[in-house]
Amino acid sequence: SQFSERTTHQLLLRKRREIEKPPPNPKSELGAPERKRERERNRGGGAERSPSSSPRRVIMAMAASRSLWASRAASYLKISAFPRAFSTVLKDLKYAETHEWVKVDGDSATVGITDHAQDHLGDVVYVELPEVGASVSQGTNFGAVESVKATSDINSPVSGEVIAVNDELLEKPALVNGDPYEGGWIIKVKVSDAGELNSLMDDKKYSKFCEEEDSKH
Amino acid sequence: MVPFAGWSMPIQYKDTIMDSTLNCRANGSLFDVSHMCGLSLQGRQAIPFLESLVVADVAALKDGTGSLTVFTNDKGGAIDDSVVTKVNDHHVYLVVNAGCRDKDLAHIGAHMEAFQKKGGDVKWHVHDERSLLALQGPLAAPTLQLLTKEDLSKMYFSDFKMIDINGSACFLTRTGYTGEDGFEISVPSENAVDLAKALLEKSEGKVRLTGLGARDSLRLEAGLCLYGNDMEQHITPVEAGLSWAIGKRRKAEGGFLGAEVILKQLKEGPKIRRVGIFSQGPPPRSHSEIVSGTGENIGEVTSGGFSPCLKKNIAMGYVKNGLHKAGTEFKVVVRGKQYDAVVTKMPFVPTKYYKAP
Repeated sequence: SQFSERTTHQLLLRKRREIEKPPPNPKSELGAPERKRERERNRGGGAERSPSSSPRRVIMAMAASRSLWASRAASYLKISAFPRAFSTVLKDLKYAETHEWVKVDGDSATVGITDHAQDHLGDVVYVELPEVGASVSQGTNFGAVESVKATSDINSPVSGEVIAVNDELLEKPALVNGDPYEGGWIIKVKVSDAGELNSLMDDKKYSKFCEEEDSKH
Repeated sequence: MVPFAGWSMPIQYKDTIMDSTLNCRANGSLFDVSHMCGLSLQGRQAIPFLESLVVADVAALKDGTGSLTVFTNDKGGAIDDSVVTKVNDHHVYLVVNAGCRDKDLAHIGAHMEAFQKKGGDVKWHVHDERSLLALQGPLAAPTLQLLTKEDLSKMYFSDFKMIDINGSACFLTRTGYTGEDGFEISVPSENAVDLAKALLEKSEGKVRLTGLGARDSLRLEAGLCLYGNDMEQHITPVEAGLSWAIGKRRKAEGGFLGAEVILKQLKEGPKIRRVGIFSQGPPPRSHSEIVSGTGENIGEVTSGGFSPCLKKNIAMGYVKNGLHKAGTEFKVVVRGKQYDAVVTKMPFVPTKYYKAP
């Protein structure tokens, strides 16, 4: 069901973040300089752990390689790659090459940016939203996402009229990072041409697309 | 990894830029800044020679102390900013920006040749055999203390010592680019990796490797200029708000390139001034326009971003003299839209330099 799928996916995103935090150290030599013994530390060991048992959602192992998402962003900026275990790609969504996802529900569609996108962008600090009623067209930009260092345009994967924008993002832009497929949704669009969806990628094609893009750099 | 001034450098390691910035101020950060250029000038006239090129009163520095200074051109504009340290009367050690290395060395070299032809006793040595690590944050001193016998509690902001750290002969300066207490350690390159590992281990993981992204956030929060953005060839130290770096005797005597322009600005006031800015909306970036309430162009942003510590936009820019006082309101233009902005004092985040009591 929709609810349990969302829970699984959120749990996975949260789990990945926990894996990458360094383990806390209960005792510190810094407070007691007279202690000579040095502690051996397994630093950053968590991030190298491979993903656990496969969930229902498609989880993709990302190669530890360079990637230049946000090619429309500050062009001088290549964001460093570090050995992240995986990026979530959801089954029922459609994907654009510029890393936006769309979820269709009758003649309306919800749009956001993918886990891969938010991962490479870093901490989102501001989202520029369009006005309700504005028209969008497939492939053209309707807003922007700002991280600490760079600004990236967001392109609409579908054409139509904006019927809702996620105002919560004005207060909590970090939703784009923490919950890119649900709470981090950006706009809802009344779709004018359902046929356009055919030019988008499904989850399998998108996963492969990300893999190929990453290996190019 | 990104190309930076001819080097390949990380924007970030495993931590996000936000986490790195917050961690530096809460615990500490270790930066590999070996791209910067360390240089020694030695000789009986090393100090007079250097003074012909910079605005600092180098002669007045106590042995083993230093200062931020600016290399000027003949129009009074900034060629580069640098931390210059007087080791003793015949030896000055300075660090210049990587991006300006070729330009600076050509400039200094040309002037040195002319100086030597007139009989001046000065020679230089570029420390390419050394690497530079920056250790910053509240845990910098406690961590470093575990690797050296020198009593760091007696070493204050801008002090310089040549001491043994972790078994290597290092140049240690209590300075940095973050606003926090910290050190820049010049270590023989063959010992650099071991020293970095030792620092990280001694801190038990609290001091973390930090990249360019957080380095930029930190220096912006501290109100420090980035040469190439907030300071350029056509901007004088007076315009940049660095009049304090011009020694008192230098203000009276001149004797550095562009002195006439700079002394005039000190008397009459510069036409533009660097200011700190808070703004609404998306963070302004370099070259965002600053306009008055009536839409008239009054300046330009030179650096901007989101402050991880303050959780709001901060920026630096230049505005017309007269509009530079704290509390002055105007608008910044970001992607075609105007947003409210106000001048604020810098540093944005209070600095924690370890100053003598």
